[in-house]
Amino acid sequence: MNHSLLLTVLTFLPVLGAALLLGMDGEDKKMSRRFSIGFSLLPLICLGLIWRQFDSGMQGLQFVERHAWIPSLGVEYFVGIDGLGFLMLLLSAIVVPFALVATPKEIANPRLYFALFLFLQTGLFGTFTALNFFHWFIFWEISLIPAFFLIKLWGGPQRTKAAYQFFVYTMLGSVTLLLAFLALFAATGTLDFIRLSELTHSGELVSAIGAKLTWSKLSPNGLVMLIFFGALLGFAVKVPLIPFHTWLPTAYTEAPSSTSMVLTGVMSKMGVYGFLRILLPIFPEQLRAVLTPLLWLAVATIVLSAYAAFAQKDLKRIVAYSSINHLGYCLLGLFAAVKFSSPGLINEKAAALNGVILQMFNHGVTASALFCFVGFIEQRSGGLRGLNDFGGLRKLAPVFCGLMGITVFSSLGLPGLNGFVGEFLIFKGTFSLAAWAASLSTIGLLVTAIFLLTMLQRVFTGPVNKRWSTWTDLTTAERLTVLPMIAIMFVVGIFPQVLLSFINPTVMQIIQQFK
Amino acid sequence: MNFDYAQLFSAAIPETVVVITAFLALLVDFIFLRNLPARTRTSLLATVTAVGCLSAIAWMGVSHSTYRLDDAIFVVNPMTQLVKQIILALTIFTAFISVQTNFTRHLGEYFILLLLASAGMMFLVSAENILAIFLALELLSLSLYVLTAFNKQSVFSAEAALKYFLFGGMSAAFTLFGLSLIYGVTGEMNLTAIAAKLAGKTTDPLFYVALVMTVIGFGFKVAAAPFHMWAPDAYQGSPTPVTSFIAAGSKVASFFILAKILFTGFAGAEGDAGWHHYISGWTPVLAILAALSVIIGNLAAISQKSVKRLLAYSAIAHGGYALLGILTADQKGFASLIYYVTTYALTVIGAFGVVAVVENYGGDKLSDFAGLSRRAPILSACMMVFMLSLAGIPPLAGFFGKFYVFTSAIQLGAKSLGLLWLVILAIAMSAVSLYYYLQVLKQIYVVDASDKTTVSVALPTQFVIVALAIAVVVLGCVPNLLVGKILAALSLG
Amino acid sequence: MLAWTVYSSFIGAAVVALMPSKSIRAVRATALLTATIGLLLAFAGIVQHTPGQLATITKLNWIPQLGISFHFAADGISLTLVLLTGIAAVCGILFSWNIEHRVKEFFAFYLALIGGVYGVFISFDLFLLFVFYEIAIVPKYFLIAIWGSTRREYGAMKLALYSFIGSAMVLVGIISAYVVAGGKTFDLIELAQFPFPEAFQFWAFPLVFIGFAILAGLWPFHTWAPTGHVAAPTAASMLLAGVVMKLGAYGALRVAMTLFPLGLAAWRDVIALLAVIGIVYGATVALVQRDFKFVIGYSSVSHMGFVLLGLMTLSQIGLSGAVLQMFSHGIIAGLLFGVVGRMVYERAHTRELALLQGMNLSKAIPFAAVTFIIGGVASMGLPGFSGFIAELQVLIGAWQTFPGFAILAGVGILIGVAYTLRAIIKGFFSENEIVSTAHSEPLAPISMPERLGAAILIVTTLVVGIYPRLLLDIISPSWNSELMQHLVKGGAQ
Repeated sequence: MNHSLLLTVLTFLPVLGAALLLGMDGEDKKMSRRFSIGFSLLPLICLGLIWRQFDSGMQGLQFVERHAWIPSLGVEYFVGIDGLGFLMLLLSAIVVPFALVATPKEIANPRLYFALFLFLQTGLFGTFTALNFFHWFIFWEISLIPAFFLIKLWGGPQRTKAAYQFFVYTMLGSVTLLLAFLALFAATGTLDFIRLSELTHSGELVSAIGAKLTWSKLSPNGLVMLIFFGALLGFAVKVPLIPFHTWLPTAYTEAPSSTSMVLTGVMSKMGVYGFLRILLPIFPEQLRAVLTPLLWLAVATIVLSAYAAFAQKDLKRIVAYSSINHLGYCLLGLFAAVKFSSPGLINEKAAALNGVILQMFNHGVTASALFCFVGFIEQRSGGLRGLNDFGGLRKLAPVFCGLMGITVFSSLGLPGLNGFVGEFLIFKGTFSLAAWAASLSTIGLLVTAIFLLTMLQRVFTGPVNKRWSTWTDLTTAERLTVLPMIAIMFVVGIFPQVLLSFINPTVMQIIQQFK
Repeated sequence: MNFDYAQLFSAAIPETVVVITAFLALLVDFIFLRNLPARTRTSLLATVTAVGCLSAIAWMGVSHSTYRLDDAIFVVNPMTQLVKQIILALTIFTAFISVQTNFTRHLGEYFILLLLASAGMMFLVSAENILAIFLALELLSLSLYVLTAFNKQSVFSAEAALKYFLFGGMSAAFTLFGLSLIYGVTGEMNLTAIAAKLAGKTTDPLFYVALVMTVIGFGFKVAAAPFHMWAPDAYQGSPTPVTSFIAAGSKVASFFILAKILFTGFAGAEGDAGWHHYISGWTPVLAILAALSVIIGNLAAISQKSVKRLLAYSAIAHGGYALLGILTADQKGFASLIYYVTTYALTVIGAFGVVAVVENYGGDKLSDFAGLSRRAPILSACMMVFMLSLAGIPPLAGFFGKFYVFTSAIQLGAKSLGLLWLVILAIAMSAVSLYYYLQVLKQIYVVDASDKTTVSVALPTQFVIVALAIAVVVLGCVPNLLVGKILAALSLG
Repeated sequence: MLAWTVYSSFIGAAVVALMPSKSIRAVRATALLTATIGLLLAFAGIVQHTPGQLATITKLNWIPQLGISFHFAADGISLTLVLLTGIAAVCGILFSWNIEHRVKEFFAFYLALIGGVYGVFISFDLFLLFVFYEIAIVPKYFLIAIWGSTRREYGAMKLALYSFIGSAMVLVGIISAYVVAGGKTFDLIELAQFPFPEAFQFWAFPLVFIGFAILAGLWPFHTWAPTGHVAAPTAASMLLAGVVMKLGAYGALRVAMTLFPLGLAAWRDVIALLAVIGIVYGATVALVQRDFKFVIGYSSVSHMGFVLLGLMTLSQIGLSGAVLQMFSHGIIAGLLFGVVGRMVYERAHTRELALLQGMNLSKAIPFAAVTFIIGGVASMGLPGFSGFIAELQVLIGAWQTFPGFAILAGVGILIGVAYTLRAIIKGFFSENEIVSTAHSEPLAPISMPERLGAAILIVTTLVVGIYPRLLLDIISPSWNSELMQHLVKGGAQ
C-alpha cells in the first residue's frame, strides 16, 4: 500500500482548481482558460507518478486508502485502483484537458464553464476510484450536476429539454441503483463492493437476503433478482443499453461540443465500469440467468443504433448514435464473457474482457476526437452541421480532412488504429462464446462503416459548396489540440500491449470470480 | 335549641359589610357627589364599593369560622368563604369597569343594586336549604333585572331587561315547582336531610319530575342550551358592565349552588351518562344540557357580528364545559368546576371591560375593533390574553380550566371512560371556538383601522383590565394558586 | 442549561414587545441576539451531551394535585431538533432583516413561536409538552395573517384550525391515557412504563399519532401545509417547514409511539401507507405547480412523508433516518423558502414560474440562483447533502419492513428530481436571452444578512451530509434509552 494519498490528491485537485477559478476576480477569458487547462493537466502528473509505481503484474487493488467514515451505515472512505480503474483514470485525465483545449475561445462566461468542467473531472475520478457504494454514489451523482448545467447553459436550442431528460433519465437509473444497494445493506450491513462480492461467492448474500428481507411471496432468489434488476437499470441507462438510450442523442446533440466530448468520452464509461466493477462481481448468477435477453439487447443496441445513425442528417446525432453502437460492443463482450460459469474457455473470456476494457478506452479517445472535429466544423459553419450542408471541404482544408479521416477510420475499426484492437478482441472472444450474437453484431460493424464513410464522403468530397468558399483549414492551435489524440490512436493501435499489460491481471481476476 | 345571635352575626359579617356598603354608596352619592363630573363620581363610588368588598374579603381571609344555622339556612365553611371572596373580587372588577361607561346619571342606584346583587350571591352561596336558596336567588335576580334595564336611553336595554325578567320569572317558577315537589316527596328543606330521605326512593316518578324541573330552572339561570334563548339578547342589550356581572358573578354563584343542590341534595341519584352505561339520574340530564350547550353555543357564535353577542354565545358554550365539571359528581369535579368558573369569570369581565372601552368609540361590532392594536396596544394585548384564554390556549387560565374539567370528567368511571364521548365533543367544539375568537383578534391585529384616533381609557378601568389579564396568565401558569386553595377548602369543609 | 433556550426566547419576546416601536434596529439586534443565544445553548447542549443518555434538566412539581411536573429533559433526538430550531431561528431572522412593517410585533411573535418550539422538544411531561405545543399555534397565526402574502388570512386561519384540531385529538388522547394509567402522573417516562390495555391503545394510538401528524403534513391531512407555506412571510415559512412540521413528527414519535406500542403495531402498515402516498402525492403535485412557493410547499409534504415512513420502520436505522430527515428537511426547506420568499419574491414581486422564467434571474441575482440550485440539489437527495443520508437510512429501514413502500418511495425521489429541476429551470433560467434584456430595472443586490443566512444553511446541510456522524452519533444511541428501546426491539426481525 504505497503512497496512499495519491488517489485522494488526484481526485480533489480539479475541484480545488474549480474553487480557485471561481474565487478569482475579473472576467479575463484567457486567464481562466489557461488556468483551468493548466489545472486539468495536474492530474496527469499525478497519474504519471501512479504509473511509475503501479505494479502491472499484480492482481487486486493498489493505492488503497481506507478510513472509517460513518460506521453505523457501514460507510468507509475506501479508494483503490486496479488495471481497469487505472485505465479509466487515465482516460479521464486525457479527455478532460483535451475537451478544455477544444472549447471555443469565445464561449460565454468561461469562468463558470471551466469551473464546472473541473468539478466534473473530480466526479469522474471519484467514481473510478471509490470502492464503497456510498462514497462511489456521491461521485456518480455529483458528476451529473456539472453535466446538467453544461448542457443547460451552453447548449443548443433544445438544451432545456435535453438537460432535463438527461438528468431525469439518469436519476431514474440512480434511484433504482440506490434502492438496490440499500436493500443489500439492509440484508448484509455492508456497502463495500469487495465485501459484497465476497459474500456472493460464499453464497451468504442470498441467505442473508432471505433472512433479513421479505416481500410477499418472493423467494430470496426472486428478491435478489429484483435487486439485481434495480442495479442493472442504473447502469443500463448510463451506458446506454437500448431501450434505455432515448436521452442520449438529444443530450449529446444539444450539449456544446466540448461537453459532448466528455459525456461520450468518459461519462458513458461510468456505466460500463459499473457493469465490470459492481454488477459482475456481485450478481454473476443473476446476470447469467437473464443473459440471453441481455445479449439480444446488446445486439439490438449495436445493430439498431448503427441503422439509426445511418438515418440521421445531423453530424452530431450521427456521432451520438455511433457512440451507442460502440458501447454496444462493450456490453456484447461483457455479456458473452459471463455466459459460462465453467472454468473452461479462459482464453476466449479473457480476450473478450480485454477487448471490452480496451474498447472503453479507445472509444473514449476516438469519440471525443470525433466530437471535437464536429465542433470545429460547427465553429466554422456558424452552427450548421447538417450532413448535406457541406461538400468538397477536402480541397479547402486537406489537413482537417486527413486528421478527421484518421479518427473516423479509428472509429470504424481499421487495423493499425486503436479501434481495431478492441473490437477484434471482443469479437474473437464472443465468436466462441456466443456465436449467434457475434454474427448478428457484425451487421452493426458493417453499417457503422457505411454511415461513417458516408459522413466523410458528404462532408469532404464532391463539389465544393459555394457557401463555404472561405472555409479555413485547421489552425496550428487546433492541430496541436487533436494531435495527441491521433498519436494515442496510433500508439494503441500498434502497441496495444502498453495498455493490455495493465488490464490483463484485472481481467483474469474478474474471470476467476465467475466461479 | 340554643340560638346564638352573636354567632350568626359574626358568621354573616361579610354579607353585612356588603349591604352596609351598598347603602353607604347610595348615601355618599346622594350627599356629596351629585355635582361632580360623571367619571369622577363613578370612580369614587367604585372606590367605596371596592373598600367595602375588600374589607369583607379581608375579614373572610382572617376569620376561619365555620357556622351552620339551623336547618342549613345559612352555612359558612371554607368553601363558601372562598367562593364569596371570588364573587366579591368580581364585584370590584365590575365596579371599576363601570367607570368607563356613561349609560346613566343614577350612579348611586346603580352601585347599590350591584352590591345588593353581590349580597344575594353571597347568601345564595351560603344557603343549603331550598327555601333560603330560592330567596337568595330572587334577591340576586331582581337586582340583575333592574341593572339590565339601567340604560334608559337604549330601547335594547329595556328589551333585554324584559326578556331577562320574563325568562327569569319562568325559570324561578320551574325552580320553585321543582323544589316544592322535593319538599313534597321528602318533607325536608335541608339538602343533607333531603338526600337522606331520598335514599332508596330515587325511583319515585315524582322525584324525577322534581329533579328535571329543578335542573331546568337552573338551566335557565346558567343559560345552558336549550334554555339559553334569553342570554344573547340580554347580554347584548344590557350596559356592558352589567353584562359582565351577569356573565361572571352570577354564573359563579349559580354553578356553585347548582352543584351543591345536585351533589348534596340529590346524592345517590346521579345515574350514569356513560356511552354504554346509561342509568337515569341527574347526570344524563346534565350531560344532554352540556352537549347541547357546547354545540349550540360554539356554532352560533361563529356567525356573530357583535362582540357582545359573540361573547354571549361563547358564555353558553362555556356553561356547557362547566357542566362537565358537575357531571363528575365528586370532589375533584367540584374543584375543577370552581376553578373553571372562576377563571372564566375573570376572563370574561376583562373581555367585557375591553368591549366597554371600545363601545365608546363606535359600538361593539367586530369591525369597531379593527386596528385596535395600534390605537390601544395595551388594551389589545389584554384582549388577546382574554380571547386566547377563552379559546383554551395554554398557558392561560382558560386552558388549564378546560384541561382540569375534562380530566375530571374522564376520570368518572375511569375504567370504562364512559364520559369520553362528551369530552371528545367538548374538545372538538373548543377547536371550533378558536375560529371565532381568532376573528376578534384578527380585527384587532390584522385588519387596518379606519379610525386612527388613539383610544383613551380611564385609569381605573385600564388598571383593572391589565390586572385581570395578569391574573389570567398567572393562574394559567401557576394554577396551583387557586387549585390548592379550592382543594384545601374542600378538604376542610 | 438547555432549558434556557426556552426561557431566553420568551424573555427575548417580552423584551422586544416592550421596546419602543421606533427603534427598529435595536429590535432586530435583540431578536438576533436572542436567537443566537438559543443556538449557542443548543450547541453547548450537544457538546455536553453523553450519547445515549436521557438527561434530566429540570424536574419540579408544578401541579401536584394532577401529577403534573415541570419536567425538562433531553436525549439525542431532542438535541438534534433543538439544534435545528436554533439554526432555523437565526436564519429566519437574517432573512427577515428587511421587514419594515410592525417590526417589533413581528419579532415578538417570532421569538414566542421559537420559545414554544424549544419547549416542545425538551418537555417530558405530557401536559407541559402540550402547553408548548399549543403556545406555538397563536404566533403562527399572527405571523401569517399580518405579514403574509397570497390569501394570508385564509392560510393563517386554516393552519390555526388544523393545528388546533390536531391538538384537540392529542388532548383527548393524553387525558385518557392519564386516566387509564390511574390518574397519577403526566410524566412521559412514568406513563411509558404503564401497560395500557390493547383495546385502549387501538384507538388512542391513531388519535394521538394523527393528531400530531396533522402538523407533520401526513397525507391526507396535509392540506394546510401548501396554503400555509405560501401565505406565510419568508421567516414564517422557514419556521413552518423547518421546525413546526417537526413538532408534529416529534410529538408522534415521542408521545404516540412510546406510549402505545401495541396500537403502533396495529396501525403501523396503515400509517406507512399514508406516508408513502404522501411522498408520491406531494411530489407529483409539486410537479405541476405554477407558483414557486407551492412547489416547495408540496415538496415539504413529500419530504415529511419520508420522516413518517422512517418512523414506521421501527428499526434503529430507519428511526435515526427519520430524525435526521427532520433535521435535514428543516435546513433545506428553510433554505429554499429563504431563496424563494426573500431573495426572489421581494425583488421580482411575483412567484409565478411562468413570469419568473422571463426574467432570467440567474443573471440578475446569481447568488439566489446558486443558492437555490444547491438547496434544490440537496432537496432532491443527491449524495453529499444531508437529505441523502437521511433518506438513505429511511429506505434501508423500509427495505427491511416494507420493501414495496421502499420502491414507491424511490418513485417519489425520482419525481422529486423532476420537480426540483423544473423549478430550477423555470425559476432562474430564461429560454432565450432576448426577453431578459427587456427586464431593464436592476434588482436590488442580495444583502449581507441574506448571504449570511444562506451560507449558514448551506454549510449545515453540507457538513451533515458529508460527515453525518456529527448527528448520527447522538441520534442513534438514543434509541437504546429505556424510554425508546421498545421501538427498536419491536421492529427488528
